[in-house]
Amino acid sequence: MNRKHLMLAVAAAMMSQSVLAADAKVPVNLPEYKEGQYVHQAPTIDDLMADESVNPELRKVILKGYDMFMNTQQFRGEYVFNDMNCKTCHMGEGRMNWSGPVWPAVTTLPDYRGKNKHVNSLEERIAGCFAYSMNGTPPAYGSDDMLAMVAYHQWVAKGAPVYEKKLGGRGFSHLGKTIPEDISYEKGQAVYEANCAICHGNDGAGQKKDGKVVFPPLWGDGAYNWGAGMTRIFTAASFIQNNMPLSKPGSLSDADAWNVAWYVNSQERPQDPRYTGDAKETREKFIDFHKHSRYGTEVNGAVLGQHDNTGDKPFLKPDSLKPRTFE
Amino acid sequence: MLKRYWRLTLASALLVSGAVQAQGVAANGQQIVMQGDGSGAPCLACHGMDGAGNNLASFPRLAGLDAEYIAKQIRDYNSGKRVSVVMQPNVDNLTEQQILDVAAYYASQPVPKVEAATADAEVMALGEKIAKRGDWNNYIPACESCHGPDNQGMGVSFPGIAGQHANYIKQQLNAWRSGERHNDPNQLMTGVAERLSEQQLEAVAAYLGAQQAVAAEGGQ
Repeated sequence: MNRKHLMLAVAAAMMSQSVLAADAKVPVNLPEYKEGQYVHQAPTIDDLMADESVNPELRKVILKGYDMFMNTQQFRGEYVFNDMNCKTCHMGEGRMNWSGPVWPAVTTLPDYRGKNKHVNSLEERIAGCFAYSMNGTPPAYGSDDMLAMVAYHQWVAKGAPVYEKKLGGRGFSHLGKTIPEDISYEKGQAVYEANCAICHGNDGAGQKKDGKVVFPPLWGDGAYNWGAGMTRIFTAASFIQNNMPLSKPGSLSDADAWNVAWYVNSQERPQDPRYTGDAKETREKFIDFHKHSRYGTEVNGAVLGQHDNTGDKPFLKPDSLKPRTFE
Repeated sequence: MLKRYWRLTLASALLVSGAVQAQGVAANGQQIVMQGDGSGAPCLACHGMDGAGNNLASFPRLAGLDAEYIAKQIRDYNSGKRVSVVMQPNVDNLTEQQILDVAAYYASQPVPKVEAATADAEVMALGEKIAKRGDWNNYIPACESCHGPDNQGMGVSFPGIAGQHANYIKQQLNAWRSGERHNDPNQLMTGVAERLSEQQLEAVAAYLGAQQAVAAEGGQ
């Protein structure tokens, strides 16, 4: 760890101390950073507005990307075919450690990704979110919309070291990837009904007002599809523990987080865009991914994902999902 | 004794309405607003016949709030989940049906026109930021993320706070901070309130107080 990283780590530790005020009735309980990790403090939109070195045209494009990130529903029926916004999973404007910060995609890509088994660009990574988590199709590579998204991603990466992989608070996996043996649908349902249903509803459909999504659906046609990273039990468990219920990070026990992730991801949702026509076969074909999900397995008497339902999306697979060979 | 009576009332309400929830009757609620519960001050003494409340005295606006939200607050005063030496004696004789009636009455009152903002532009800008974007560096989500678009309220659990009186919002945020108020479902408000700085708390109250309220569904 060089000196700059160390300073940032110390500053971050001090900040989380003040958030974790000892007498807080609802403390912010987040995991400790590990020794040697780079801890990023992503800049805000206020920082962007105050930074006179940013070309006004660039600022405009970054702000467009920010607006797309926060209100992706403005592209409903174009890029997005469910009720998700980027910020739904990447909470805190995509800036916050432990909330799926998006800046690591800027500093670590292009790189090889196991999910599609080739070297991915930042645009391709963003396209993945549109194809799976948003159950849609991405803005065209190189388009104004895609460039705006990329520009916002790059802004929040400002100051982070390129290629550094020891990143504090990256992704959703702090609970590890091994599903506990005593995980239970019934226990998960009880956790869900006590902590989640007030916003997301007993039916997991979320809540809208005047046509606007306020609380996102967790399953059903409006939710992320069977190819989304969030369908993996470990991803959902870690996301939930560090981000849910909203304003109470770290309030659920490890067991509660695992059980409720299991319960939510035991429910039906739009088809995996990589579907072959048979869920068990699709599971096997993408087993490195689906070994972490319940897709293609029998739950409550039915095989999850054995259906032709693509939700509101009038197609199965967006054109963006294709192999690269570099030949 | 009181508790048993409630249970009976609830049970009979359920029997009568079957699967349909008991409904408040606004016209009956109007009587209670004028007369009170028989042992305390009538509602109109502080909240007004029109439910406009009073900013200087920190009496909340009830007009146009969600009926079920109002009813829950009255029930919480009576069960001790929400503590107020002023409110509790004024509502402790209400039956469940009367609670529903009062709630239906105030929910159906037209929302008053918002008072002009008195805070300066900088304070309003900070308030708008908290209301619409939050302060994520301190784990404060935007008010909107639960209180709904433009903070006009979301369902029965998250009341409209746009157009609520600034002094009342301040008073309640401070009550959550101190632990005096603790009837928020799942403690969803407590953490947010205790993470707000003094400056943010003042600003968000001033901003919300200066927004025009829109009535909850079913109101006017």
